[in-house]
Amino acid sequence: MYRYDEFDHAFVSERVAQFRDQVGRRLSGELAEDAFKPLRLMNGVYLQLHAYMLRVAIPYGTLNSRQLRMLAHIARKYDRGYGHFTTRQNIQYNWPRLADTPDILAELATVEMHALQTSGNCIRNVTADHFAGAAADEVADPRPYAEILRQWSSVHPEFSFLPRKFKIAVTGAERDRAAIQVHDIGLHLKKNEDGRIGFAVYVGGGQGRTPMIAKKIRDFLPEEDLLSYTTAIMRVYNLHGRRDNKYKARIKILVHETGAEELAGQVEQEFLQLKDTELKLPEADIAAITAYFAPPELKSRPEGWESLARWKKADAGFARWVEQNVAPHKHPDCGMVTISLKPIGGIPGDASDKQMEAVADLAEEFAFDEIRVSHEQNLILPHVALADLEPLYRGLVAQGLATANAGLITDIIACPGLDYCALANARSIPLAQELSTRFGAAERQAEIGELKIKISGCINACGHHHVGHIGLLGVEKKGAELYQITLGGSGDENSSIGEIIGRGFEPEKVTDAVETIVDTYLGLRRDKAETFLEAYRRVGPQPFKDALYGATQAAA
Amino acid sequence: MSDKVLTANRLSDGISVWLDASGQWVEDLQSAFVARHAEAVSALEATGTAAFADNKVVDVNVIEIEEKDGLLRPLRLRERIRAEGPTIDYAPGYRGLLGPFEAA
Repeated sequence: MYRYDEFDHAFVSERVAQFRDQVGRRLSGELAEDAFKPLRLMNGVYLQLHAYMLRVAIPYGTLNSRQLRMLAHIARKYDRGYGHFTTRQNIQYNWPRLADTPDILAELATVEMHALQTSGNCIRNVTADHFAGAAADEVADPRPYAEILRQWSSVHPEFSFLPRKFKIAVTGAERDRAAIQVHDIGLHLKKNEDGRIGFAVYVGGGQGRTPMIAKKIRDFLPEEDLLSYTTAIMRVYNLHGRRDNKYKARIKILVHETGAEELAGQVEQEFLQLKDTELKLPEADIAAITAYFAPPELKSRPEGWESLARWKKADAGFARWVEQNVAPHKHPDCGMVTISLKPIGGIPGDASDKQMEAVADLAEEFAFDEIRVSHEQNLILPHVALADLEPLYRGLVAQGLATANAGLITDIIACPGLDYCALANARSIPLAQELSTRFGAAERQAEIGELKIKISGCINACGHHHVGHIGLLGVEKKGAELYQITLGGSGDENSSIGEIIGRGFEPEKVTDAVETIVDTYLGLRRDKAETFLEAYRRVGPQPFKDALYGATQAAA
Repeated sequence: MSDKVLTANRLSDGISVWLDASGQWVEDLQSAFVARHAEAVSALEATGTAAFADNKVVDVNVIEIEEKDGLLRPLRLRERIRAEGPTIDYAPGYRGLLGPFEAA
């Protein structure tokens, strides 16, 4: 993985010192809140309902065990013994004291981490496929490009005060696991017919109040033009993006109002001016960054196949876990392991300090010291030999981390919701817990198959409800919580925005409503191979409306 | 007019607090001073503005409450959750309504 150079170290340390001074002046009363708030936000410190919240950046979701141990240490020393992994591959602490935040940032800096650009109208943490560098369907590892974008965008003077926040996601695989079509810029690494590496460029996707699928404005951008073309997009946005209305300020609105073709033309014009400037990436620079992400030396360990078969036969729980949480690796003797942070009835994305430390230990022992955070709020060990799966599984079981539900109905994304968040209108976590408990039986989950439920406690959609196969949006109606259901959303290579199915449901009725939807699907699917999403796309919303609201009412 | 109390988050640690009758910011809603008429509400608002300007607290708000079975209860769910803590068992040591967090 990338290692800080002298410049990076000096830069991050400088920012910590600067923030320490700002916090000191705020606590002494020298700085007023209005002056301080933007400064704390630039360092990832928010104020929530019960306390401050610190959001720490995990660039493209990649961690080593030393870093994960530091995250555990911070949870224990400065917080309440846990952290919450987010849908942007970051981690949030819910209870830090403002007075401690400079110390926390100083400790993070010792393991090459920070909280910069995790808030504000700047380019946020660049996200990537959590299976990067390991997936069998990958053209190239997206992380070197994400790292180049990170370096370029860090306190970029021209792009620190954009009309609104800006999110970039990169994938290098055929199957899109980074949801690039619902990002401001989505980059899809590919090879052209000459075998050259480049990107398909998508612009103007996003969720929130006005969900939109991104438009492809370039089919093939050579890799050396990554920064010049991205700069061109940013310039067009910075110039024409709306600053008069916060709700219309994201680039998706500009793309929508301008039209993708016209906007692409504007970008190309800018790009012409920038193409042959210092922004052009020299081959040597790309190679130097790529070298940091060289995969570990994976030895041939074919004996794993025999062991695996034996272990699976002996332990049905292990077999189920392998089936669900271990995906094929590009090396035939390895697998990619999803460590579910969705225990049945638990809080999606939360991990205790002990669990983080245990994962760090296991990663060191069995996974070449590499850990990823997925936007689905799980942890990933991308490189594990099949021969090591059984001892790894035992280690995870001991920590309550071996829930075999990756991609199943209980692998629910949920934002913090009204239990923590100052923006929320309704709770997300208790609903996730109730759904998880309702559908938690292993046989039932297996029967239902792949089904992604995503829950947001407000229209900002941190819980990605718009792209949930079943999406749940919490709203406040007459002082009480109400949940709106959307169906048919998807955040993969065939992205779609879910459709609102009808009137909302009270908290005590929404789990039943989801069960009705699931039962309706089970009753109408062609066979077990037809997933919920495929079935929904085939039959449309009507059977589900009929089941939820009655045939006559739905038709009215 | 519904009864009102003054709430904020403490500057140093962000913890939710309410203003009591002696002018102290306390962590327990049940100890809050209740304003039952317009003048008292104005006094609360003035106190809030002064405390914000004095850099003791942030996010200062007058909120509506009702008294139910001898307990103060905010009308909005958001404020009830602020007063009572997250509605989930988020960590060992969390005691919900029973009292402040103590690490297990």
